[in-house]
Amino acid sequence: MSILNLVFEIFSWVAILLGSAFMVIGAIGTLRFPDFWSRVHAVSVADSAGMLLLTLGMCIQGGFTLVTVKLIIIGIFLFITGPTATHAVANAALVSGFLPKGADRFRRKIVIADNAAKKAKKKKRSPLKGML
Amino acid sequence: MIQGIIAALGLAALWLLMSGLYKTLILIFGALSVLLTIFIIRRMDKVDNHKLGYDIGVFSTIGYLIWLLKEIAKSNMAVSKIILSSKQPDQQKMFEVPVTQQSEIAQVIFANSITLTPGTVTVESEDDHFIVHAIDFAEGDMEALADMDARVTAIETTGSGDNS
Repeated sequence: MSILNLVFEIFSWVAILLGSAFMVIGAIGTLRFPDFWSRVHAVSVADSAGMLLLTLGMCIQGGFTLVTVKLIIIGIFLFITGPTATHAVANAALVSGFLPKGADRFRRKIVIADNAAKKAKKKKRSPLKGML
Repeated sequence: MIQGIIAALGLAALWLLMSGLYKTLILIFGALSVLLTIFIIRRMDKVDNHKLGYDIGVFSTIGYLIWLLKEIAKSNMAVSKIILSSKQPDQQKMFEVPVTQQSEIAQVIFANSITLTPGTVTVESEDDHFIVHAIDFAEGDMEALADMDARVTAIETTGSGDNS
């Protein structure tokens, strides 16, 4: 039994240390990369590998308890919301016309989206009217 | 109605797991928040007339998740290598990726899979393609993304089609 415990202990610490390493790598990349678009990618390293490995390691540390269930739920939520948040940030950059080099052909669509937003703004008065 | 009851039971189970307290007052608060949530969900369905469908198979989704975790591990290594090496990322590119999924949930899974694998980010979703930004674009990337696209399309349950 103690051997099994030792194996679990080693496995969880390997996961936690690896996850921490990926978090640090993500931080280094965020500081080192030159522009917005490459920094988004650096953050996603911490977001996927760092988060998953740290949650896994903490789950094994928790054992068969309520804490592990909560950690799994946190992991699932972060697994879904992490990329969604990244997408929201990148999409905001695109919509505001902040494009990377050599991607100017995507700019035309932004102007159209802009006009649509202006039109929507003009028409909108009371969004809750008629719904209640 | 049945959907509402199932959602209420799920939410109640989630509340009990999260709180771990079984006092009367706390339980009443829990029941009230479950009812409030169900009420808001039903009202939102009525307002926008847009129900979410789940047209994906359970077992094939689990298989896809395992494959996705492998891909995440691989591309994490690639991006970590770029971060730790001394070169600057000068192979950035923005490009379009064709999308073949019919249902919204499968498209969301595909877009989030692209973003979740480090090195590629879904920037915009349009009718039949996504705009994707890659940090280190190589020739094989388009095939890799097409492969992922085919795998996501494979977990869709056919016949249900687009539900709007």
